[in-house]
Amino acid sequence: MSYFFGKKRAAHIQVQTRLTALPQFYGYYLAIWCAAPALIIFSLWTFFEPFLVKNLILSSFKGSYESNQLSILYAQIKSIAQGTFFGTAQENLVIAADKYNQLISLLVKSKAILSLIILIGCLSFAYKKINQNIRTREPVEKFLKYLFFSCSLAAVLTTAGIVFSLLFESLRFFSSVNFFDFAFGIEWNPGRAFVRDSTSQIDQEVLKNSFGALPLFAGTFFIAFIAMCVAIPIGLMTGIYMAEYASTNVRKFAKPIIEILAGIPTVVYGFFAALTVGPFVKQIGNSMGLEVSSESALAAGLVMGVMIIPFVSSLSDDVITAVPQNLREGSYAMGATKSETIKKVIFPAALPGIVGAILLAVSRAVGETMIVVMASGLAANLTANPLESTTTITAQIVMILVGDQQFGDPKTQAAFALGISLFVLTLVLNILALGVVKKYREKYE
Amino acid sequence: MKSKISAKGVNVYYGEKQALKNISIEIGEKEVTALIGPSGCGKSTFLRCLNRMNDVIDICRVEGSIKFDNLEINSKELDVVRLRENVGMVFQKPNPFPKTIYENIAYGPTIHGLVQSKQELDEIVETSLKKAALWNEVKDRLHEIGTGLSGGQQQRLCIARAISIKPEVILMDEPCSALDPIATAQIEELIDELKNEHTIVIVTHSMSQAARVSQKTGFFHLGNLIEFDSTEKIFKNPGNQQTQDYITGRFG
Amino acid sequence: MNNKRKNFLEKRYKSEKRFQLFGLASISLALIFLVIFLIKIFSNGYSAFTKTWIFVEVNYDRELLLLEENPSSEDLNNADYYDIAYQSIIALDPEVDESSETFLIEMFAYNYELEIKNYLKKNPSDLGKIVKLKLTASDDIDQINKGNYPRDIPEENRRVNNYQLKIFDMLEARGDIINTFNLSFFTNPDSREAELAGIASSFMGTLFSILVCLVFSFPIAVLAGIYLEEFAPKNKFTDFIEVNINNLAAVPSIVFGLLGLGVLINIFGLPRSTPLVGGITLSLMTLPTIIIAARASLKAVPPSIKEAALAMGASKMQTTLHHAVPLSMPGTLSGTIIGLAQALGETAPLILIGMVAFVNTIPGSPLDPAASLPVQVYIWSESAERGFVEKVSACIMVLLIFLITMNLTAQIIRHRFEKKWS
Repeated sequence: MSYFFGKKRAAHIQVQTRLTALPQFYGYYLAIWCAAPALIIFSLWTFFEPFLVKNLILSSFKGSYESNQLSILYAQIKSIAQGTFFGTAQENLVIAADKYNQLISLLVKSKAILSLIILIGCLSFAYKKINQNIRTREPVEKFLKYLFFSCSLAAVLTTAGIVFSLLFESLRFFSSVNFFDFAFGIEWNPGRAFVRDSTSQIDQEVLKNSFGALPLFAGTFFIAFIAMCVAIPIGLMTGIYMAEYASTNVRKFAKPIIEILAGIPTVVYGFFAALTVGPFVKQIGNSMGLEVSSESALAAGLVMGVMIIPFVSSLSDDVITAVPQNLREGSYAMGATKSETIKKVIFPAALPGIVGAILLAVSRAVGETMIVVMASGLAANLTANPLESTTTITAQIVMILVGDQQFGDPKTQAAFALGISLFVLTLVLNILALGVVKKYREKYE
Repeated sequence: MKSKISAKGVNVYYGEKQALKNISIEIGEKEVTALIGPSGCGKSTFLRCLNRMNDVIDICRVEGSIKFDNLEINSKELDVVRLRENVGMVFQKPNPFPKTIYENIAYGPTIHGLVQSKQELDEIVETSLKKAALWNEVKDRLHEIGTGLSGGQQQRLCIARAISIKPEVILMDEPCSALDPIATAQIEELIDELKNEHTIVIVTHSMSQAARVSQKTGFFHLGNLIEFDSTEKIFKNPGNQQTQDYITGRFG
Repeated sequence: MNNKRKNFLEKRYKSEKRFQLFGLASISLALIFLVIFLIKIFSNGYSAFTKTWIFVEVNYDRELLLLEENPSSEDLNNADYYDIAYQSIIALDPEVDESSETFLIEMFAYNYELEIKNYLKKNPSDLGKIVKLKLTASDDIDQINKGNYPRDIPEENRRVNNYQLKIFDMLEARGDIINTFNLSFFTNPDSREAELAGIASSFMGTLFSILVCLVFSFPIAVLAGIYLEEFAPKNKFTDFIEVNINNLAAVPSIVFGLLGLGVLINIFGLPRSTPLVGGITLSLMTLPTIIIAARASLKAVPPSIKEAALAMGASKMQTTLHHAVPLSMPGTLSGTIIGLAQALGETAPLILIGMVAFVNTIPGSPLDPAASLPVQVYIWSESAERGFVEKVSACIMVLLIFLITMNLTAQIIRHRFEKKWS
């Protein structure tokens, strides 16, 4: 609406003097001036309102409770206020719930009024400016530029959000559980450390021995290792074949089909692993007289490997194709066969790129969730036997967070601690991958 | 001069486009033959026919007869690997492998199974580098990466690599076009030495280079071999008007 | 050439052949995996598209229903159908003894009463008559009919006892067992009973999540891509932003789930288990993909077009918005579709933010709790009943069809519109 106002005003001015910009820019100018400030204030308010409310309501309780229990308390207050609470509630909680409702309605009203005031204020301010026939196209374009810029910050904000939220909960976790018990302990049994309500405490000893994450780290790498044993040979040879031997027809058909393998959702792989591969492995194992669990690390690893094949294959295809033709011809001219050229000249030249690709694939394997959840079970088991069932960091995160969780509970916090370990792990792998590629590219160019 | 390579009626097509038309030429043994002509006239294409390097390009089709010591090499039954053992190539842009200098030279003898012991290999590496006039400059750094050398040194490394398997013929595709004048002079000196033991065919866009190094010269234009004669005759008294025009710089 | 050299050359050629064979074998292995996988899924899943019905004669006895003559539709709605339903089913076997009556009832889906009621509501004139109606069979009977349950194992190990098998065979011989296309698979929400479970609820959940994801990620990502490609100065801060984007693209999806849980639900207080939160979480994952695609398409716009616009006196912003962006749209769109296809298949993050609850109503908006198709696959695959196995496979087939369609569309868009200036 303000857009049309501005445009009309500009047309009016145009009759008198020459405009510095197209009429529509005046419209945009006005529209931006009234919409943007109001929107910004509105959003900021909305985002931080829950925080504010939470702190205000809980301020009266802060003295008498632990910080862990406060979150549980707050959840209860909220559900009383919204009418979804079961059972009889404590007196002080009901009072707090009333306060909560009052506060919320007050805030909503004031937010609306403030936004309106800003809207009208800015509108009149900007309108007056138009009368002086100022340059409007430049400010509008500048605004757009800032808008684009802030959008590009979204990625940074997301990373910040990830780090912040993971770190926050993890630090709270490490305040109850020692870091070394977590990183090196070998007993993982979070089910024991369950907080039933806001008033009970958990035995310190129990805490100490329930969150040893070593079996998880071991399981993650073990299954990733099995997966790479499948993916590297097959993926690499496929990539080499596609890059060096395959005719254009074969490439045209085979490449998209292999891409399909990459596009299948991992939950589908997981189902296939649980339904077909798991029992198959068990059958073969039993017929050889071996003891095989129906949810084995082998089954999960095999299927994960198949999922990663297209990843390795397309990356190695790219890396090998990127080796300069010059080098190939130099080798052929020496009378080398194709396989000799590949083995002795091309592959060594492409090696850094291939190592980088493999590291990225490992990072993918480490972060994979559904295949493991569905095919490898949830029993934390420190073992080197692929026929047994083990679990990984990712599967445990899912197991902890499915079902009831409270935010003050060490079990939930443990999930975030696992999350940050995973994040750091994959980050390191990715940085390594990039580093390897960069370092050798310099040496060889 | 005995004929080492004899081409008759060679036609080369890139898909539908014909790049070489009915080329017939005799390359003499243990002498330097230069192929000159303006860009795109087909001289490199012809050179690559001589060691079947055009096989690497999918859409390239070679017709006609090319005989190496009376053995037809443009046939499906030919063992290309063995041909290339006897016909080496040096490229326009030096392309040493990203391996050590030693490994670059050792590559050829190793894959062809020409040596039995490390000692033999060491000897071949030394001999080849000496023949390529590179030994003194690199003898103390044989285990450094070949790509760390200067342009001229890299090209001499490539020449050493080519001669390590003692080919009878060496093909050179504008070997000096990426080099500075001093390196160029060194390579030309090398060519003069090498012709005592190898037959050399060199493609060059520098007429002065052709005049300096070669005994025979062939002038190509738009896929045709316009004139082929002794270098002296081509440059002093060409029989064909087009050759004359090219030499005197009227075109190209 | 002497013999030794000849042998050596032979060896080299053999090695070459072996190497080639290896490569071919690898590709074939990968393709074989795919084929086995597709065959398994299809063979398991196609039976889910049919449904078993049993014909029963229902006696709409007015007295048993406690209805007057010419009842209103509200009366029909409020009547108790339990008695006539029970009687009609028992009547299938005139010689049935009391202890076996439950077995007969168990052969039907648990909503048999509702089906009988709905028929009368639609055809009130049949009150007082005997009508031959088709009722949904239970999932066990459904599986027997499809031949998925082995019949020759001892009775204790079977889910269908001998008596039920006898009745089944009798009904089948009479022609009272039929198989039709299972429309309810597509229109029913999830259910604890396998024979009644459908994908409607998870389908809507997926639809809403993807819509929310698109709404959030597309504008932000495209604008960010425009900024980074056209306007960003080449300084450390821009590098920092780019590093962040590349990094995010490689973060495991479950971490985004934790982000959604920790920030969106905990701090911003958005409702759990809803496609709104799911969609926003997915959009954070899809941002890097779209940004990278948008940048690549912008880069591919020939500089000559941009220069021509600038030479006409257009500002940089106008050049970008009026010329570069429209020309780069096909590439950007195609990348977006691919990003959405990846988001479509994501399961772990959605599980973490709660879109895994058992939801037996069809969600009507992004604010209603829902599951998504991949999460539905997960939920169903955790059930032990055989009836769910075929449902999972069928759900996977639907999911795959979506993904293939989306990928094909992306390819077509890219091909058709990029031919314009190349």
